[in-house]
Amino acid sequence: MTESNSGQRFDRLPATAAERELENRATREEVLEWWDERFAIGPEEFEDHSFWEKGAGKIWILHGEVPSPTGIEGLGMKFLRTRQEHWKPTTNAVQRFGGGATRNVIELGSKEADAFVRGHDQELEWDGDWGYLIAAHEIAGGREPLGVGLYLHGELRSVVPKGRRRED
Amino acid sequence: MEALSRYEPIVDDFEAFLAACERPLPSVVRVNTIKAGVERAKRALEEGDVGYEDREWNPRVLELDTDKPGNTWPYFHGWIHGQEEVSSLPATVLDPQPGERVLDACAAPGGKTAQIAALMDDTGLVVANDNNLGRLSALRFNAERLGLTNVAVTRQDARNYSLKPLSLDAFDRVLVDAPCSCEGTIRKNPDALDEWTLSHVEGVSGVQKGILKRAIQATREGGTVVYSTCTFAPEENEAVVDHVLEAEGCRVVEFESPLDSRPGVTEWDGEEYDESVEKARRYYPHHNDTGGFFCAKLEVTG
Repeated sequence: MTESNSGQRFDRLPATAAERELENRATREEVLEWWDERFAIGPEEFEDHSFWEKGAGKIWILHGEVPSPTGIEGLGMKFLRTRQEHWKPTTNAVQRFGGGATRNVIELGSKEADAFVRGHDQELEWDGDWGYLIAAHEIAGGREPLGVGLYLHGELRSVVPKGRRRED
Repeated sequence: MEALSRYEPIVDDFEAFLAACERPLPSVVRVNTIKAGVERAKRALEEGDVGYEDREWNPRVLELDTDKPGNTWPYFHGWIHGQEEVSSLPATVLDPQPGERVLDACAAPGGKTAQIAALMDDTGLVVANDNNLGRLSALRFNAERLGLTNVAVTRQDARNYSLKPLSLDAFDRVLVDAPCSCEGTIRKNPDALDEWTLSHVEGVSGVQKGILKRAIQATREGGTVVYSTCTFAPEENEAVVDHVLEAEGCRVVEFESPLDSRPGVTEWDGEEYDESVEKARRYYPHHNDTGGFFCAKLEVTG
């Protein structure tokens, strides 16, 4: 079985801590709890998905299962960064799965949304938790997640990756 | 353009064909139904004052009145993806079903992979393969932007593709959108024919035969393989299909073509091909105002 984490190989997350063989590897249970606690997105959202680690703390999400994948370049979508004090979801994961979030979602007006997706940091009022938030805006008759923001000391920092930013 | 003169005997209204090849392509996108419905994508375009026109044959394909679809909100959200109209044909011909296992053998940069994944409602498994690391990184970027979670990415030479990394015995369907001489992309890339030589066409034809053969071997009996290129050369199209008909257990099957098309040619440059290659379809720029394309559907008979 797995003896150490590998940056070259996908390893399935253990279901629970009792099944954990590798220190510091997140468990499926922890991942589901984190999304539930942080964004109120319940485990039912991910019932049909499996979670994999490749590289230290990089968690990927796959719809369904594959038997031990070896020599694979990518498996589903990069989903979450663990093994650091504050876990951080990816922009793509938040766009795909963050629509139903009811906690730690900061709704931006059109000017703020424009600035956010161009990678600008902005001073904004927010009376919720600090840390990683889902930034969202209203479009085409509904709220839609834009990406991940980091809220600290009255400032919303955009952590939308360079390649995903909106350009003029 | 001179390279295209060899096709005069097989293209009707050749002057119109050449004239179309000199016009730029319309700006066309495909709506990514994994992230948004067609109606919502349209509404967002309207809110952004971006005009669009429907394509009757495929409700998920829209022509936009901007040449920068990447600057719109629907693009940022991964609701639309720039994809030339005729390029969205092979995935619909492949007709993948939810829950199936599908290989996209030459997948980068991933537009067709994403379309296959969406047709499968992001279920089952789509294996997106390419042999070039740089192109694979573009594919991964697109797949993640479009929110796909049923795609596994592999980097192999498709001519001897191994199913071992995924512990699979066979795929239900395989798309071979083969590397080709790209003559049909002249409207998008006016330099496409600058380096044209017959020896390049013949060389790439050998690679295409190898990839299509392996695709058929990797598909279960009764499964489907779609072979497509964006080029006009019969050496890269009908000749490749003809070759695998002799070498592997498969047959060419008809498919309903929603775009105006012409049958595959059975004779070219002194060669004769199996008559069934007529069931393949050729797409010319002057018929649908698209790029040029070739598409053949094969059933694996084992």
